[in-house]
Amino acid sequence: MISLILKRLATAIPVLLAVITLTFFMVHSAPGGPFDEEKAVSPEVLLKLNERYNLNEPLMVQYFDYLGNVLQGDFGPSFRYPSRSVTELISIGLPITFELALYAILFALMLGIIAGVISSLRPNTAYDYIPMTVAMAGICIPSIILGPSLTLIFGIWLNWLPVTGWGDIPGDKILPTITLGTAYAAYCARLTRGGMLEILNQDFIRTARAKGLSEFRVVVVHALRGGLTPVIAFLGPAMAGLLAGSFVVETIFGIPGLGRFYVEAAFNRDYTMILGTSIFFSCLIISFNLLSDLVAASLNPRLRDQ
Amino acid sequence: MNTSSSSLTKKAFERLVSNKLSLFGGIYVLLLITLAIFTPLIAPYDYAYQDLSLGPVGPTTDHLLGTDTLGRDLLTRMLYGSRISLMVGFLATMVALVIGVLWGTIAGFAGGRVDAIMMRIVDVLYGIPFIILIILLMVIFGRNLVLLFMAIGAVEWLTMSRIVRSQVMSLSQQEFVLAAEAMGVSKKDIIFRHLIPNAIGPVIVYATLTVPQIMLLEAFLSFLGLGVQAPMSSWGLLIRDGAVSMEEYWWLLVFPSLAFSLTLFSLNFIGDGLRDALDPRTGPN
Repeated sequence: MISLILKRLATAIPVLLAVITLTFFMVHSAPGGPFDEEKAVSPEVLLKLNERYNLNEPLMVQYFDYLGNVLQGDFGPSFRYPSRSVTELISIGLPITFELALYAILFALMLGIIAGVISSLRPNTAYDYIPMTVAMAGICIPSIILGPSLTLIFGIWLNWLPVTGWGDIPGDKILPTITLGTAYAAYCARLTRGGMLEILNQDFIRTARAKGLSEFRVVVVHALRGGLTPVIAFLGPAMAGLLAGSFVVETIFGIPGLGRFYVEAAFNRDYTMILGTSIFFSCLIISFNLLSDLVAASLNPRLRDQ
Repeated sequence: MNTSSSSLTKKAFERLVSNKLSLFGGIYVLLLITLAIFTPLIAPYDYAYQDLSLGPVGPTTDHLLGTDTLGRDLLTRMLYGSRISLMVGFLATMVALVIGVLWGTIAGFAGGRVDAIMMRIVDVLYGIPFIILIILLMVIFGRNLVLLFMAIGAVEWLTMSRIVRSQVMSLSQQEFVLAAEAMGVSKKDIIFRHLIPNAIGPVIVYATLTVPQIMLLEAFLSFLGLGVQAPMSSWGLLIRDGAVSMEEYWWLLVFPSLAFSLTLFSLNFIGDGLRDALDPRTGPN
């Protein structure tokens, strides 16, 4: 196990460094200076501005300065909101994005596991086909369609739920959660079904039934434990996907989270903000993948020895 | 040899057509491709034509699917949008296909240290969150369609190369490849005449499933305003426009969303159907 952790870290750290280096030089090779659009900046002001953003040094020096700062969690000041640092903006947006992702994953797990178990208990009957068809639809319909459609139906036509905001009006967290979580609920349902089908045919389940345990106990206590392995292995990639999905969902519902900050920074060409959030998101995604690899390995001894 | 392979293809085709969902998907996608190719001939209006005095109206006989807030015909925009969406989907898949097949074949055939290094590179690239890099590319170098193809295609080849490699590795142990080697067939010929044609089944399946993924990625970027720009259109852009004005003008959201969802469904059905058709062991049951 320890050698596996070391091995995975040995891949993750070069990837992280590569991402930081790549994004840094990509952003710095952008055509035109960051202050070109400002009207009539006097040379002294320009010099001061460049100094504040550390743009007077040679590029390599800037790179190593930046790398050092990033390692200490300092992403520098934002271009767009000069009084605020990128780290500050991240720390404002991150808790909201995490909350949204957490609700979405809980929604996905609850719905997905229940649907998957139901369809695995009576395979190839209507109890199987109906949830699996719905799951297929859930996977195929992207959030950019689901979000606006749910808003149109439940927010505007039926007027049941608020369509924007986060924590301002009761119920405004429901639509974003469903929009973000549906595709993952569908994946969970399919994975649960697959895992359960495999387990339910095994001898220890037959033994449990033969001993006269209630069907509920057989399914929930005995079968589910093994049947959920694929779902747990999926959680890491799912968390990474949820973070990327938050770009769209936060934009649709006007949620002031990190995903929307990112898209806005991309729009405003707020270069330091893009650079900082890109690196930050990449770190998060890489760590989640690393974590899920390790969890999967600890659950499945065959992966451990690879 | 030739007859047996064509009858295999024929059987696979029969199996594919007998799957109703795949058949429906195939017909829908073929129809869509035909419409997209002939769009300049059949589109009722020019794609940049706008009738500001008309403004947004619902479906009428003049504008079958209505017009948008600038008085542009929605059907026309959807037809032109389908060209871009499909083109991005298919061209980027081609890029991914070529890189992935070559990479995987060479790694699988060479084996040993070359294989280890090549697959290690794939492992490392897998770890990079490409959606972020693609967004960065679009921000920095402008919303350039060619760049978009290249960037997306260059990302999606990773899984392809893994599939091809495992196919090639099992194929190159088989007698006919050993025989070809013993007879002194050159490596290039073994790769292009024996290995790639035999590994192509799973590759086709995966490529079919890659097309909707890429179309989705394009739509995602256009929706965020980082992809295709007006007056050009793509489905992602139309859905974005629709989402902005759906409160008053529902049709602007509903029609592009329906067309796009149906396309994604169809391509997924075709992919699933192809997998079943090409591999008789995993039948529909």
